[in-house]
Amino acid sequence: MKARVFVTLKKSVFDPQGKTIADALHSLGYTGVGDVRQGKFFELELDASSADQAKTLASEVADKVLANPVIESYRVEVE
Amino acid sequence: MKFGVVVFPGSNCDHDAYHAAHDVLGQPAELLWHKDTSLNGVDVVVLPGGFAHGDYLRTGAIARFSPIMPAILEFAKKGGPVLGICNGFQVLLEAGLLPGAMLRNRDLKFHCEHVFVRVERTDTPFTAAAERGQRLRLPIAHGEGNYYAEPEVIRQLEGDGRVVFRYCDASGAVTDSANPNGAANNIAGICNEARNVVGLMPHPERACEGTLGSADGLVLFESVLSSVART
Repeated sequence: MKARVFVTLKKSVFDPQGKTIADALHSLGYTGVGDVRQGKFFELELDASSADQAKTLASEVADKVLANPVIESYRVEVE
Repeated sequence: MKFGVVVFPGSNCDHDAYHAAHDVLGQPAELLWHKDTSLNGVDVVVLPGGFAHGDYLRTGAIARFSPIMPAILEFAKKGGPVLGICNGFQVLLEAGLLPGAMLRNRDLKFHCEHVFVRVERTDTPFTAAAERGQRLRLPIAHGEGNYYAEPEVIRQLEGDGRVVFRYCDASGAVTDSANPNGAANNIAGICNEARNVVGLMPHPERACEGTLGSADGLVLFESVLSSVART
């Protein structure tokens, strides 16, 4: 099975890269774009027999390695 | 007193730290490969600067799982002095030996320059020979030195006197313009609760001889030498 993990900085953490991208978009005239938050995206090939099991496994991996809980949060999607 | 300098793939200040300990301070020193599982009886551990494992995923995130890390955690738990410099500091954060995390510098630039830091605490093995309020001129070289922790954690660090170094200007004043990366409260270095583990972003090992532009960093190495000799 495949899982997708999206890691982003927590809302309370300032994201200077996202801010710079937003500024660039605004200077290009994209006034309809508000805040931008940059993050990371992972695709995991998992040996799991059910979607629940895959989600549990992906979440464990995200907790331990893919995200740093001090500054980041994550979301898991299973295919 | 034997210094152990840990070498990760991508470390690039390991030999600077070795040189400071062995050649400038005149102490026995040894490079410890990250795949070793023993510290070979060293008295102080230095995690050097660089880009361990290419800084893949996050700075220090992969190095934390190196085979040598359990031995370092055990050494730290027993009170052994551990110094994390720059990337070494980032490894200590990821390993949970120190609290907080590093964000990108607020201006997104890699800063490679000399800065001033103020010694806030002299009750750590790496600052015992310094004076409180002493200014040190040290080089920095990092893109992610913007120290962050939850406000509650920052309050606790400040309340417990665990901020060891703070970015300041040439007169010793802690100002926003003297903060090169946006670190919370101008924090350049902190210690753990037991005070034996210290991490800082500036590079004292690259500032141990006058010919390098500053010898202000030597006091960290002299401090640990006198601290360990005393115990």
